[in-house]
Amino acid sequence: MAVLVILMLPGCIRAASASEGPAPYTSTLVSVSATGLASVPDSKTESYPPAPKLTASDYPKINGVNSRVTVWLVAQMHLWFGAFVLAVPMFVFIIEAIGMATRDERYDSMAFEFMKVSIIAYSLTALLGGLLTFALVLLYPDLFKYLATIFRGSMFAYALLFFAESAILYIYYYGWHWLQGGNKKWVHLTLGLLLNSVGCVLMFLANAWTTFMMSPAAVDTAGVFNGDTWAAIHNHLWNPINVHRVVANMAFGGSIIGAYAAYKFLSAKNNGERAHYDWIGYNANFIAIAALLPLPFAGYYLTAEIYAYSQQMGITLMGGVFAWIFIIQAVLIGALFLSANYYLWCGMGRSEGAYRYHAMIKYIAFVLVVAFMVWFTPHTLVLTNAELKSLGGPYHEYLGVLGIMPAKNTAVNFLIIFTYISFLYYRRANKIPTVSWATTGNAIQIALFTVGLINITLLGIYYGYFTNTVYKVASSIPQVLTTLIIIITSAVMESMMYKGAKEVAPLHWGRMSNRSQYALFLLAVAFTWLMGLMGYVRSSIRQHWHVSNVFRDKSPDAYTPDLGYAASIVSMGTILFMVMVIFIFWLSAINSRRTTAKGYWKNKHDQHH
Amino acid sequence: MINIIKVSTFSLVVIGGFWGFSNFGIPQIKPAPPPVEEKLDLGAMSKDDFIALGGKIFNGKGNCTLCHNTMGRAPILDRIGPVTVERLKDPRYKGEATTVEEYLKESMTKPSAFVVSGYGKSGSNDTESPMPDVTGSGIGLSETEIAAVIAYLQYSGGTEVTVSMPNSNDQNAKAAAEAATSLNTAEEVITKYACGACHTVAGQTGEIGPNLTKIGKKRGKEYLRQAILDPDAIIASGFKGGMMPGKYGEEMKAKELELLVNYLAGLK
Repeated sequence: MAVLVILMLPGCIRAASASEGPAPYTSTLVSVSATGLASVPDSKTESYPPAPKLTASDYPKINGVNSRVTVWLVAQMHLWFGAFVLAVPMFVFIIEAIGMATRDERYDSMAFEFMKVSIIAYSLTALLGGLLTFALVLLYPDLFKYLATIFRGSMFAYALLFFAESAILYIYYYGWHWLQGGNKKWVHLTLGLLLNSVGCVLMFLANAWTTFMMSPAAVDTAGVFNGDTWAAIHNHLWNPINVHRVVANMAFGGSIIGAYAAYKFLSAKNNGERAHYDWIGYNANFIAIAALLPLPFAGYYLTAEIYAYSQQMGITLMGGVFAWIFIIQAVLIGALFLSANYYLWCGMGRSEGAYRYHAMIKYIAFVLVVAFMVWFTPHTLVLTNAELKSLGGPYHEYLGVLGIMPAKNTAVNFLIIFTYISFLYYRRANKIPTVSWATTGNAIQIALFTVGLINITLLGIYYGYFTNTVYKVASSIPQVLTTLIIIITSAVMESMMYKGAKEVAPLHWGRMSNRSQYALFLLAVAFTWLMGLMGYVRSSIRQHWHVSNVFRDKSPDAYTPDLGYAASIVSMGTILFMVMVIFIFWLSAINSRRTTAKGYWKNKHDQHH
Repeated sequence: MINIIKVSTFSLVVIGGFWGFSNFGIPQIKPAPPPVEEKLDLGAMSKDDFIALGGKIFNGKGNCTLCHNTMGRAPILDRIGPVTVERLKDPRYKGEATTVEEYLKESMTKPSAFVVSGYGKSGSNDTESPMPDVTGSGIGLSETEIAAVIAYLQYSGGTEVTVSMPNSNDQNAKAAAEAATSLNTAEEVITKYACGACHTVAGQTGEIGPNLTKIGKKRGKEYLRQAILDPDAIIASGFKGGMMPGKYGEEMKAKELELLVNYLAGLK
């Protein structure tokens, strides 16, 4: 049935589009960028109303309800749960495939356990999605109507896809133990692929509505829509947001599962359970960090596209009030990297073979902290006259140079590379390579890291201090490429060097301190909070527009809230989310509990009589 | 249950840390309120005033200095007069202007008519400008405002100011419209004159000037009126003179001044 729904979709979108006008759309699609007016097609067949010009009284008011905070919180909660339930099947698919390839059943049971957590969150996602629609219709009816008129085709498709997603998910989950072995397992894996495909399309459709509000396409300056469904979906920031969200969801999903494993580890009744959840925690942390590493690059791509769409929007994002957001972001990402590294270092305690690398930890920690401090250094400070006088200008004499983007880019690349080095030591902990070229291989890797780090530093210095402002961000691409080359080359060499390696000491799963598990919790909380904060920025750069430059926000809340206020709302949301997540963990715990109620039930003998 | 309490407490402490840093670790800047429509008193405006208005729009509502500054995002416009003559002869020029005035107007409404080398959108080979059409609702300059910016650019760009002020019919219409829609609350006055950029008042948190949230406790209406009209007459302790512009006596209408004075006097 689910497949049938998907097959019906293109027709549904066409039908919905066709219903907007009598003839198929034949004109050239128009695209409005921030740079100017759209060229209106000659043979326009569709007719859309202009964006409404509202006044404050057009916004319904409900006593005791703050419209913006309500929609903000519900949308954010929906996004957190949505991100989680879309991310989990992605890595579950990979883990299931690894299990099939290695025939190691532990992977299969781990994948199923992940799904068990995610399936409870799925119904919460749907509930929050319904609540969000309800809140929008009730509190922002004109905005909802305007968007729904333009997106009626894709909204209809979205609803159908949601049925398909649910059907596939339930077959995938409830059929897990039924579809085992041989061809059945392949069918199950295919269902996983289908689940992920439908999930991604669902997210991409919803992303289009959001990005249209940021970078409307095919509209003239009065907000009259001149295109078809695809033109509205394929707006300028759609793809950058899609990429960013897929990667971020993976990192976020991994961190939540990590928190689940940590909770179960802390509640474990015996060593077997501790070992099991330690192993799951390790894998979840690996997934979170593997996705965290490319996340800054996806962020650069998104920011570059925001600048390409509208220089004004880009400057609003990176300068002025929002510049301080990136200092908060630096603190959060610093916390993420430090806690992930801390967890890896604790993990080295699982094997006696790791002792030889313990001395290196303090150096890695030193580099991570220095890189974090550079990233954390603000550029333009907002100062009082007295502060300005005592500082001798708007920038600090020595530290001011660390505030610019190339310095921060350099710092973040160092953070990524040294986190990878932590991981490398962890992987090497219990092994000794046996290949004849091991010494040469190590020497090449040391050279690779040294040259790469020098290159990243020189690029940062050159672009940061010897070029003008426009070219300063240009350091990011060669620096990122250097980092990627280092990591990919090293990973390939490592896999070859450690093929058939000798195990010097076994890994003792479960031999982890309770404190290390809190690092996993910190990871989950910091990710959640960070997502909330960046959601505030993404939305706020529209400033006083519902739809950038075409549909003015005239509600009493049209102003951009300050960071402290935003932090309070994000914190409130994070607390609500974590309460619900911990509730889900608890549900999964009681699910496996059995109580023997002696004397409560009639025994079978009595029933027969 | 003990683990639920432990992880919940830990999560709360972490969230509290992030919240605390965001509230107390960084300066709290109140973002600017949504722009209010500029009311132009063209009837009483001299040519110099018109040029000054253009400068105000160039540096404010027009967002021009976001890019046209020394940081290299867009060309500097201090020699726009002589440079325009060369551009009009450039084979890459695609517009229809024949004079500096026409060129300036065209560059604001059809910025891609001529793109200065090195300043085009990336990948467009300098055929497409990243600059928005200033009449678009993102910036939304009116014909009069564009004319004022042209006057300012001609004046500051070393060429004769040829642009004429809108005719008297327009002026009368504007004046009538203005009278019909004059500001009605002190908050609107505070927003219009951006008092919150320097003072903490009406929910805005400027830090350069004195905090006005309880000013009515210490100061009467006469004092406040004088502080607005002649800011350097008496300097509040802890602050330097010469910081607050002395232009409000000329810019503010009597009604606006009284609204503001009454409002401030009532802040106790």
